[in-house]
Parts: sequence; structure tokens; C-alpha cells
Amino acid sequence: MTFLISTTIIAPLLGAAFGLLLRQNPRARDVLTILSLVAATAASFGILFDVNDNGTTALGVGGWSPELGIVLVADLFAALVLPVALSIILVVEVFATGQRRTAWGANPELAGPLLGVLTAGVSLAILTGDLFTLFVAFELILVSSYVLLTHQGQRDQIQAGMTYVVMNLFASTLFLLGVAYVYAATGTINLALLAERIPELDRGVRLGIGAWFFVVFGTKAAVFPLFSWLPDSYPTAPTTITAVFAGLLTKIGIYAMIRFHTLTGMDELGTVMLIIAGITMVIGALGALAQNDVKRILSFHVISQIGYMLMGLGLFSAAGTTGAILFLIHHMPVKTVLFLVGGLIENQEGTSSLDRSGGLAARKPLIAAFFAIPALSLAGLPPFSGFVAKFAVISAGIDENETAIVVVALVAGALTLLSMTKIWLGVFWGRDNDTAEPVPTAQNNRRLMFSATGIAVAGTLTISVFAGTLFDLSERAASDLRDPQRYISEVQQ
Amino acid sequence: MSVSLLAAIGGLTTVGLYLITARSLSRIILGFSLLGHAAVLGLLTAGGPPGDAPIANQTNPLATSNPLPQALALTAIVISFGLTLYLLALARRQQVLTGNDLVEDDLEDHRIALTEDELDIHADLDRSGWNAPVADESESAS
Repeated sequence: MTFLISTTIIAPLLGAAFGLLLRQNPRARDVLTILSLVAATAASFGILFDVNDNGTTALGVGGWSPELGIVLVADLFAALVLPVALSIILVVEVFATGQRRTAWGANPELAGPLLGVLTAGVSLAILTGDLFTLFVAFELILVSSYVLLTHQGQRDQIQAGMTYVVMNLFASTLFLLGVAYVYAATGTINLALLAERIPELDRGVRLGIGAWFFVVFGTKAAVFPLFSWLPDSYPTAPTTITAVFAGLLTKIGIYAMIRFHTLTGMDELGTVMLIIAGITMVIGALGALAQNDVKRILSFHVISQIGYMLMGLGLFSAAGTTGAILFLIHHMPVKTVLFLVGGLIENQEGTSSLDRSGGLAARKPLIAAFFAIPALSLAGLPPFSGFVAKFAVISAGIDENETAIVVVALVAGALTLLSMTKIWLGVFWGRDNDTAEPVPTAQNNRRLMFSATGIAVAGTLTISVFAGTLFDLSERAASDLRDPQRYISEVQQ
Repeated sequence: MSVSLLAAIGGLTTVGLYLITARSLSRIILGFSLLGHAAVLGLLTAGGPPGDAPIANQTNPLATSNPLPQALALTAIVISFGLTLYLLALARRQQVLTGNDLVEDDLEDHRIALTEDELDIHADLDRSGWNAPVADESESAS
């Protein structure tokens, strides 16, 4: 069992290392990258089944005691999020293998191996049991994302990359100072020990730590008012890279926040979180309405949806945390699919601007269908997965009598639907009023891109089919998070 | 916890924060270096009172300083070293592309901030070919 935990981190790293060595042999490199991702994904599903049957498992790396060494912990929350995250990366890599041989794709020599490093960082961030390893995992993710964003060296990428790097580097520095702060206050950085020691601290110190890490994880998760880097930088990267970023990076921030703030019992920050969640939802949805480009509209939706997850967390009730986890699991694949479809649109139309494209529904009905399903899901319409997730969060809000945030959430949902309609009108209906040529793509590469998107759409539909099972699992994960005794005892063994 | 260390952390943070609010990336890089030093010193102070160098089997474990924050600090230094290099490369690239290393405003934000009239003017200019987009000559992916 413990070897499965290490596989999710080591396999993509090894794939990346050998992938860099195989620069001269593109086919071997692509196969190797995909194989390493398949191994990691398979291991993550193994972890899910094992944790579901046998409960939380901890792996002390190098056999050190938990106070000194690195501990990797697979509890149900981690085991639920990990397979979703890794499957997304795998599907995107398949899409990318098709796309990167066209002019719009990323540099294949770098993109595949860097995606492997990013995958290792994602696994480490999800599984880690201490604050400093979380910092290292964030750096692993961010450094590879910096390079993925800017490696083509085009002017708009460098320009957007600067904002992205500076904002995230600042958050990382705050993270490091926060680690020092926590160590000074408690004498440990192990999450299980922190779950015991932080609630015993003075109220001021405790809330200071909570607020500090709210800012740190909030910058990574792009909550209001720390989101400005996101809509500038995401649309400039090649689609496959944006798809991974939008699907995963902000969600890792919110994942870390859910884990840290529930484990250490920061219930008193709930009201602040709810207020910020409400503003984030509305600002994101309004921002999306103002945009005129498919990728930019979708980038603003990322921000808006983060608000719902924050709302679930900010309620600090069992139902709220369940809703947040369910939303996280639903949102990652849906968002990724939408960006992949954005890539297909761009490939077909030669642009992602709403003004310059049109009439795609008549010419390419398959792309329209691929877009419609996740778009309706994101807007929260039944019977798609977004409805289940949104319903869970909102009903938790009603249970807690937080009427204001529930109203805001419903309004933001309507605004999301409106901006999805805008994409639909601009891209799929109307007439093709543009001279831009489709990006020339070989037939088998196009087939690869379409089948990857198709698999991902099917994946989002599977989530709504298994909504009941996922809801039960999320509920158990939430109750484990809110009662950290099992986590603590497993780590200390 | 010594007052001089605290003063050093405070000073480094102040100057670092001031520098990263600048527009020029080279100043921002200097700012991040200083902030990184402040964070590392923060980790050191978090380790408690100073003592002998913590070397296994050489010094009395009871008289040494706490080695754990030092290990963390070392990792953090290596990471910030790599990131500084990356930022320098980014600044260089920006200088090659634009002649300076300023962090620029987002063009799309400007477009959205325009009023309806201004948009009409732009649309007219577009139609007359005045604003025709310059062909992107920067190299695409190799």
C-alpha cells in the first residue's frame, strides 16, 4: 500500500527525467511520459480503493519520527482528490500529444517532462503531512508552471508571466514566513501535531496563523482580492497548459486551505471566509461577462467557482465541508474540459475571440456538444455534476441560516449561465465572419485531440452518474477532516 | 530571541517590500532576494536560542542549536536561488523583446475600460484597416 503512495510521486518524476534525456526521440519521449502518468494515475486509484476499505494510511519517509521527518498521509480527502487530479493531467497529456505537433502547441521537448514535474508536485501537495513539504510541493508546481507559461518566449507570454511569477513568488515568501511563525509558536510543522497544538494556543496567535495562511493559500487559489494574476496569465499559454493550470493549480490552493483550516479548527474565520467567498463569486462572474475571448471568459469562471468552494469551507459545518469537497471533485474535470474545447475551437477557427468566430455549431456539431455539456454543468444545471455540487454547497448554507451568501451564490450562478450563453452566441451560432484560417492539423493528431476531449466529457458525465457514491465518500472525508483524531493517531504510529 | 535579529528581519522586509512594488523587474528581483533573506532569518529565530553547530556525534546534542529550522532554511535558500535565476532570465527576455524590463499593464483590461464611443472609433479604424493587427513575427513553437 505504501509503495502506491510513493509511486504517485516518483513515477512522474522519473518520466520527466528520462523524457528530458530522450529529446532526440519524440515518439519514445511521448510514450514514456504517458506511461509514467498512467502508472501514477493507476496507483492513485489503488490508494482510493485501499483507503476506502482500510482507512487512513501514513508513510514516514526514511523512517524518521513524525516530528522530524517527512510524512505522507493518504486520508479519504486526499485519496478522493488525487485520482481526479492525476486523470486530468493524463487526459490533457494525450490531447497535448496531438496538439503540440501544430504551431499552436507547446514546445514538445519541454512541455511533456515539465508536466511530469508538475504532476509530482500535485501528488506531493495532496499527500503531504507537513507544512514545509507542502511549501516545497507548491514550489515544484509553481516552478514548472512558470516555465510552461513562458517557455515559448513570446511577448504576451513574458508580459503575463511576469505578473504571475511575481504574485506567486510573493505568496511563497509569505508561506515561508508563515512556516517560521508556526514553528516558533508550536515547535512543529507536522500537520497532525499542529491539529493538536494550534487549538491550544492563545486566541490571537491562533487567528493570526489562520489569517496568514488564508492569505497564502488564497493567493494560490485566486480569491478576491488576490486574483488579478489569473485572468492575465492563463489565456496566453498554449491551451493544454492553460487546461491543466485552470483545472488544478487554484484547486490545490483551495485543497490546502480546506485541509489546514479544518484540521486546525479555524471556525472563527468562517464569517470572513464567507464574505470573501461571496465577493469572489460575483466579481468572477461579472468579470467573465465583460470579456470577449473564450479563454478569458473561462479564466474568470475559475475565480467565480473558487468562491463556491470557499463558501463550503467557510460554513465550517459537516455539510459545508462535504459540499466543498464535492465541488472540488466536480470542478477540476469540468474546467479542464472547457479549456480543451477552447483549444478545439481555437484549432478550428484560428482564434478564440468571440468577435472573429461564429457558426461553429453548424460546421462542427461535435465541438458544440463537447462545449454544451460541461458548460451547463459549470452553470449548475441538472442533471449534470455541477448541479449536485452546487446543491450540496447551497443546501449546507441554508442549513446554517446563512441566507445572504446563499442568495449571492444563486445570483452568481445565473451570471455564469449568462456568460456561457455569450460564448455560445459568439462562437457556435451566427455566421462565420472571419478570415482566420484553421490551424493546419494532421488527421491522426486531430483524432487524438477529439478523443481526449471525448474521454474527458465522458468523465464529467460519470461524476454525475456516481454522484450518490461520491457524495457519501465526500461526507466521510469531511467528517474525518472535522474530527482529526484518526489522522493524528495514524501519523503518530 | 535576539533583538538584533528581529531588527534585521524587519529592515529586510521593509526594503524588500518597497522594492517589489517597483515596475522594473530588476528591482523586483532584488526585493525578492531581500524578502527571502528575511524569511530565512525568520526560520532561524523560530528555532530558539543559538548553540553549537548541530553535527551528529561531534557535539553534545543538549548544547546545540535546533537543526530542523536550519534544514528548512537550507531548502528555502536553494529554492530561492533557482527562482532568482529564472527571474533574471525572464527580465533579460523582456529586455530583448521590448527594450526595457518593466512589468506592463494588461492590454485586454484597457480594451474593457474603454467607453462605448471609444470602442466605436476603434471599430471604425479596424474597418478602414488603420488598426490592422501587425502580423506576429515572433517565432512560434519550434
